[in-house]
Amino acid sequence: MDLPTIKKVATLARLEMPDSELEAVRVKLGNIMKFVEQLDEVNTDKVEPLANVVDIKLRLREDVVNDGGQQAKVLANAPEAMEGFFVVSKIVE
Amino acid sequence: MTNLTDLSLADAVKGLEKKEFSAVDITKAHLKQMEDFRHLNAYIVETPDVALKQAEESDKRRASGTAGYLEGAPIGIKDLFCTTGVQTTAASKILEGFKPQYESTVTSKLFADGAIMLGKLNLDEFAMGSANTTSGYGNVISPWKRNNGSNADLTPGGSSGGSAAAVSARLCLAATGTDTGGSIRQPAAFCGIAGIKPTYGRVSRWGVVAFASSLDQAGSFGRNLEDASMLLKSMSGFDPKDSTSANKDVPDFVAALKGSAKGLKVGIPKEYRVDGMPKEIEDIWQKGIDWLKAEGAEIVDVSLPHTKYGLPVYYIIAPAECSSNLARYDGVRYGLRVDGKDLNETYMKTRAAGFGDEVKRRIMVGTYVLSAGYYDAYYIKAQKVRRLILNDFLEAYKQCDVILAPSTPSAAFAIGENEDDPIKMYLNDVFTVTVNLAGLPGLSVPVGLNAEGLPLGLQLIGRPWDEETIIRAGGAIERAANFSAIPTLLSTKQKAA
Repeated sequence: MDLPTIKKVATLARLEMPDSELEAVRVKLGNIMKFVEQLDEVNTDKVEPLANVVDIKLRLREDVVNDGGQQAKVLANAPEAMEGFFVVSKIVE
Repeated sequence: MTNLTDLSLADAVKGLEKKEFSAVDITKAHLKQMEDFRHLNAYIVETPDVALKQAEESDKRRASGTAGYLEGAPIGIKDLFCTTGVQTTAASKILEGFKPQYESTVTSKLFADGAIMLGKLNLDEFAMGSANTTSGYGNVISPWKRNNGSNADLTPGGSSGGSAAAVSARLCLAATGTDTGGSIRQPAAFCGIAGIKPTYGRVSRWGVVAFASSLDQAGSFGRNLEDASMLLKSMSGFDPKDSTSANKDVPDFVAALKGSAKGLKVGIPKEYRVDGMPKEIEDIWQKGIDWLKAEGAEIVDVSLPHTKYGLPVYYIIAPAECSSNLARYDGVRYGLRVDGKDLNETYMKTRAAGFGDEVKRRIMVGTYVLSAGYYDAYYIKAQKVRRLILNDFLEAYKQCDVILAPSTPSAAFAIGENEDDPIKMYLNDVFTVTVNLAGLPGLSVPVGLNAEGLPLGLQLIGRPWDEETIIRAGGAIERAANFSAIPTLLSTKQKAA
């Protein structure tokens, strides 16, 4: 992984990262990626990926309103709320 | 009267039943012990007001004849479970001050059974770590010390380090934990207590702060297997609010302890004899084999050929799921916000300030392996090897009923060791991580002390949904090992008193 890649991934992950930290992050991430690359040794032809181990079909429920009307609770932990809404800085100029 | 904090959970409930003491009495005794051992930093938040109120209500229920399964028992809750009106942080600064407006299914069930919450237990940030050194609220210190004159503070293990330290130091009768790659079994082994991670789907994940959703599973800690089994029974069961919760009856885990190991086929995986395994670990493993044989178990050699790929698979899948789950911390709806010049900069600054280094590292790895062009090479590849790891276990279970292995590759290490290189820290989970990838039940039971006086644990791994067999085999080991050592700091305190 090179520095531009680290910068790009940090942007994708929405993590501000000062240039002074990039090199240290690059070394540690590089080691982790080198470690996981051992998997290339394993022959996985004709192996189906396993996303989840549980042998359970996703359940369907009645399509009815079963919750709601909890505006105050939803907003209770908001850093900033007003008139029943979350407040963020202006998005559209 | 005996010291109420020294009682097992089972004996405490019996004592409450016989009205030898009240729920308020035993709660106050624990609050005092928590004060005396506050320097261990096991709790992020102590909740004496909640506890005493719950204890009074419990005593009323007891008096009116409506006592629950855990009526009046003071326990600790890992600070990953949402608790109504009580700060829940996942040990992250990004959630400082967050007060859930709802109760996790697990804590709802525990409270419905009469349990009392003493506080929220420290952990690695978002349960990412193996030494409880990534917490945004400080390290947890183990109540154990080496007996060689070294005064070094040791790690209780992680991520459920606060839970394990608290149960070991008698700061609660039992505690909840979660285990994504070994986070119950490794700290249980390091602290000389019992810990059970049930089958994936046994315990609801609803209201548990998510790390890696396909691996996270809640479980229990107790000072013995009976206590851990009692707590687990209360926590378990179908929950429609968790899409991966299994609609299965919950067995009486405690009753499984009555069985003997006679006739059990116990698999010994040859791949767990890793290079450089300390002799003390090999020795306790052999002891475990001998104890089970003595009770009439049959020992079978089994092979789990993809064991060495468990950690590399884990360090793709867990970060991938973590990067996705932790995208929700954006400074808009809850938690920390650091304002930037626009919304995008607010996201970037909030997340940079709120997450610690290990969490950032995992978000970065996860984002990278899921990004365009790398998804197949890393993520899909890891999911394929994950299937091979599951298949290894399914093959092995054609020959055996339960697998016996060490819980950890070493005893507890000092705080600060293994911090320079993330890979070194990750290797702690070499014996536990494949169990999460395969969704199997596993437990750790304390079996003895090493030459430095530190606890060592053995691990039992079972078939899916067969917690009863690991508890039964674990019970045989527990009887034979008869582990009764008390943490160094407790025996020092007793001598002083």
